Order: sequence, then structure tokens, then C-alpha cells
Amino acid sequence: MIGFEYSRASNVADAVTQMAASPGAKFVAGGTNLVDLMKVYVEKPTKLIDVTRLPLDKVEETAGGGLRIGALVRNSDLSYHPIVERRYPMLSSAILAGASQQLRNMASTGGNLVQRTRCAYFYDIATPCNKREPGTGCSAREGLNRMNAILGTSDACIAVHPSDMCVALAVLEAKIHVTGPRGDREIALADFHRLPGGTPQLETNLNADELITAVELPARGFASNYTYLKIRDRLSYAFALVSVAAGIELDGGTIREARFALGGVAHKPWRNAEAEAALRGKAANEAAFAQAADIVLREAKGFGGNTFKIELARRTIVRALSQAARATPQSQSTKKIA
Amino acid sequence: MVPIALSLPSDSVAQSGAQTVTKTAAQVSVPVTITINGKPRALTLDPRSTLLDVLREQLDLTGSKKGCDQGQCGACTVLINGRRVVSCLTLAVMQDGASITTVEGLATDGKLHPLQQAFIDHDAFQCGYCTPGQICSAAGLIAEGKARTPDQIRELMSGNICRCGAYPNIVAAIQQAMGQS
Repeated sequence: MIGFEYSRASNVADAVTQMAASPGAKFVAGGTNLVDLMKVYVEKPTKLIDVTRLPLDKVEETAGGGLRIGALVRNSDLSYHPIVERRYPMLSSAILAGASQQLRNMASTGGNLVQRTRCAYFYDIATPCNKREPGTGCSAREGLNRMNAILGTSDACIAVHPSDMCVALAVLEAKIHVTGPRGDREIALADFHRLPGGTPQLETNLNADELITAVELPARGFASNYTYLKIRDRLSYAFALVSVAAGIELDGGTIREARFALGGVAHKPWRNAEAEAALRGKAANEAAFAQAADIVLREAKGFGGNTFKIELARRTIVRALSQAARATPQSQSTKKIA
Repeated sequence: MVPIALSLPSDSVAQSGAQTVTKTAAQVSVPVTITINGKPRALTLDPRSTLLDVLREQLDLTGSKKGCDQGQCGACTVLINGRRVVSCLTLAVMQDGASITTVEGLATDGKLHPLQQAFIDHDAFQCGYCTPGQICSAAGLIAEGKARTPDQIRELMSGNICRCGAYPNIVAAIQQAMGQS
């Protein structure tokens, strides 16, 4: 990796001040993605501002009945937090479906949100990539694209966002609290990640000089009827081909509310309001779930190596909604698909 | 972590990278004190140094292995403040004040750690390259207390790859050590 200056931020204001004074700097917390990318010369920060000593490591219940998760809460601590396990088990399950326990022990909540795509061409500096070097072209469109996107793609980029945690946060409608030189603001999870369009180098609407301080969950946790179903090339420690987080509220056998988001298929966690609306008031059965899946995938487009994902996504949506409706969530340890 | 299924042609990158050391004017060495296997060590570090490289190259603690150097294989697993992490993706300068245990620090008073003995008892390795990482990872797993069944052990040990395929014996060794702790 290239040389860089290293400094520790002593408090949140100091972190923001240091960043404002150092264009080209990056915040570092767990480092699991940033250090990896620095080793292969994809990320080349001139300075790393270590934020791991900031007091952003608490999980607290909010006055509105929700949960405020500090940006530095480790993925492993969040997945096993008693309140998360009890009230937001979909989030716990999604986190445990990602990476390995060593990486979850390092990775922070804020860092998980801003991790970069694992598109192989993004990592390989010998190949063109519009995300890494805007204007050079996309190698994945006609290259190895098994792991790439089928929804929301652009001519410039077909990369996917790799997070599992964020797929659950999309269903839970989390809010991201950030701070920067122009003060504090909140960004809805749905508005946090961007589609690639003509600017795939921009993955989020977080400004370069802003720091994530917390993730806030509303009270609604879908703790009774939920699942996180992740389909991948091996049973553990692999990125999703397709994943689905689903939460349902039922009146008897009728769907009062249903939400679901897909991972592994787009540049951001993918939700479709029309598909969710089509489920409301319906009987919770496979016909309804298949209809919702068809709405989501109407505009799906494959690129050869990943075209199988369209049918895989349809089946995964149906299976996940069935798991949620039956209250038989996917186990992340036995892997047997209920 | 890079996807293994689309493993990159990273040799050329790594080799050219190792020879192209670019320093900026602002880059300075950083003094830190890290407790390693119970002993405080005062070190002056290039900010780029990973914990794995400091352990192996500066402190001659070569038990932690460099397998992939990308967080994929787990051979470099150590315990930081009792929690298992991959040392290859850990910048050593960020560990000022931390307490680190490597495989060299597990035995006490010349007596093997129960996991080390269990790996021998169950023949839980062939070439042995992944073994220090497997043992440190298993020590972290036992401390976490989340794994009870073989399925749970396998899932929570999935960050440690064994190319020889000694997995059944590794699970058996961990079960034995869990029974003793």
C-alpha cells in the first residue's frame, strides 16, 4: 500500500475537524475492507483518521421505542445483543450470515454501511472499471459476472453492494445519523446507497467529509414473522448470490404488512413498494408470494454469467416470504432451508 | 475480503506493489506499546505495517501464518483483548495499548493449552499450516460461548480454511476442548 499519515481522533468534533483539513483522508474503524483495498492499491488515502477510540459503541433504546446503535458497535456484538436478538432477530440473523466471526469481531456498524463492492474487476487494477477509474469502461458486463447485479444496473456499472446487514436494515427502515462540518443530519437507509447510473464511483450519499455516528431502528421489528435467507456458492463465509430479508405482520392468515429486500442483486439493498403493496390484504400463500416476486423481477436483466440469478431470486423471494409467514426463520447454523 | 470464487490475479499486483514503496512527506513512524503474550513491547511502526507482519518480521513470532493476506483464510488469526481477529487486516498502529495473544502464548508453564493437546489427540491437522489460526480461532470461539453443537462449531469456524480437509477432526478436537473448559 502507499504511505499514509496516521492519526487518532480524540472525539467526534476532532474527527470532523481533522477530515475537513485533510482532503484525501479516510476514517478507519474495523479496517476489514479499507485495509484490504489499500493493499491492492484500489484505496489510496493520504491519511487515516482512526475513529475507534470515539464513544460511539453503545446500543441504547430510544424514547420512541426504537434502538440507537452506535457506529462503532462491532458486527459480532450487534448480532448477539439481547435486544437485537429479541426485537430485531432479522438483523441478528443477517449479520451472522455475513463474513466470518473474526471479521465480525473487527467490522463496525458504520463501516458495514460504506463497504465497497467485491466485483472482481473493481479489485483488479489491471482491468478497466468505471467505479475505480471513471470513464475506463466496465469489464464485468461482458466478463465474469456471476456475482454481479440484475436490477438497477447501468451501462457504466453492474456491481452489487455486498452487505447482508444492510438488507435487513432496509426492511427495518433504519435511519443513518451522520455528522460533518455542516452539522448533523439523518439519511433514510433507502436514500443512503445509490444506484450506479453514470457515476458508479459514488456509492452512497454520505459526503466525503461526513462521519456516521449511529444507526437508528424504528420500533417495528417484525420479530414474530421474519427471515434472512442467503443463497451462496458454499454454505458459509461467501457473498450472496441472492439474499432476501423478509418481515410480515399477519391478521390470521391475511397479510397486514409485508416488507422484503434483496441482497446480492443490485448496487443497493433492493426493495419494491409495488410488490409489497400487492401483498397487503392477501392470503399468505405461495401464489401471492410468487406474484410479488414477479413484480420485483419484471425489470431484471442478466448479463450471461448471472442470468440464472433472475429465477434464483424469484424462488428465494417465495421461499423467504413462506419462511416468514410460517414463523420458521432460516437458521444460520444448520443451513437446512425450511 | 475478496470473493474466493472470483479470486483475482493478484500476484502481479502484489509483486509490483511490494517493490513500489511510495512514501508521502507526511508519513512518519508511530510509537506504540502493545502487550504480546503477556509482555509489553514498545515498538516504532510504519503505519502501513499489519499486525501479522509485525509479529512475524519484527518479533519473530512466526506461529501466525500468512496464508492469503486478504482476510479469507484465517491462518493469521490471533486474539486481541481476548477476541479472535485476522491479523493480516489489522493495522498494528491501531493496537496501541491492546493485549494480543498468539499461538505462542497459549501454553502455560510448559503445558500445552487444552486445544493444542486436543488437536494432537484427534490428529486435527495434516500439513499444519492452518493450525495456529485454527487453534487461536477455536480459543476465541470457546470464550464467546455461542457454539454448542457440531453444526454451530462448523459455522463459527468457517473463517478458518483447511486445504488438507481435516475438518471432522478439527471439530472433534474443539468438542474435546470445550468439554474441558
